[in-house]
Amino acid sequence: MTLDDLDTVDRRLINRLQDGLPLVARPFAAVAKELDIAEGDLLYRLERLREGGVLSRFGPMYHAERLGGGLTLAALAVPEPDYDEVVATVNAFPEVAHNYRREHELNMWFVLATETRERISETIAGIEAATGLPVYNMPKEEEFHVRLHLPV
Amino acid sequence: MSVSTCPSRPAPSREAIEAAAPPPDTGGLDAADRAIVLATQAGLPLVPDPWGAVGREVGMSGAEVLARMQAMQESGVIRRVAAVPNHYRLGYVANGMTVWDVDDAQIDRLGREVAAIEGVSHCYRRPRHLPHWPYNLFAMLHGRSREEVERQAAVLRERLGEACRDHRILYSTRILKKTGLRLAGSRPSDASTNTQRRG
Repeated sequence: MTLDDLDTVDRRLINRLQDGLPLVARPFAAVAKELDIAEGDLLYRLERLREGGVLSRFGPMYHAERLGGGLTLAALAVPEPDYDEVVATVNAFPEVAHNYRREHELNMWFVLATETRERISETIAGIEAATGLPVYNMPKEEEFHVRLHLPV
Repeated sequence: MSVSTCPSRPAPSREAIEAAAPPPDTGGLDAADRAIVLATQAGLPLVPDPWGAVGREVGMSGAEVLARMQAMQESGVIRRVAAVPNHYRLGYVANGMTVWDVDDAQIDRLGREVAAIEGVSHCYRRPRHLPHWPYNLFAMLHGRSREEVERQAAVLRERLGEACRDHRILYSTRILKKTGLRLAGSRPSDASTNTQRRG
């Protein structure tokens, strides 16, 4: 499913639901009323958008640190010939939540999310041992803004 | 600490240590809250009464689930309950992590200013790793083309002015994994590991 498969109502729905579901009884009915569509139509569209991969997920976005967990951004400078092998090694750690290839000498950037804050340094040590590469740990020191909104 | 850093990195300041390891604050979550987190972190059921559906899974009423989620949103444990778009599918094929080497004395003020600029989705101060990595301000930008991201970056560059010594844009070229967060005693990650190539 791509952008071309979306009609006007899909787009309004995506834009609206990036801002958040109201926490009320029958929340989808409330949003459907705002958009002047039926609740069943909204749920059908939302399911289709999620199944089709236009939405990565729909649900609560939890603040990892406030749940008592650890969270950090880390990077590796992976030699190109070894890249795919290192991807497999790093992704095998369940603590790796996201991992992106980026254009830079530091060419692998991943987010670690752990049950406890202490597990961050243990996981980094584990990744260093498994890959033989130094991990550049870049935990946030200050959060100025988190608000992903991509209008369609 | 087992974290590798460059040998020339100066010892972290007391402030940096405190920022990296804040005191535990679990937002006063109890076992019932954590059960709700576990049941919903992969997503909310897409049914007319999602609170009731979650409640049946965790053994409480829908009204209690809703009340607890409202409290968690109030306290910031839940940022919001929302749709998370796949950038690429929505046409945002240029996703740039912009990184800036900003004067430490001005970064807190400038970070807030940059974060308020249209198009910046995430903005953080992070530690440098000198000499290889001098950048201490990170701002994510998303565009339908690299030119669009570069136009946005130019706005940030102007705002930072003399306080910024250098910057880079690191575009993502491939999603290697995207499972989202899996916390609070959940089963091992069961989401798919993507290795899709991206333009």
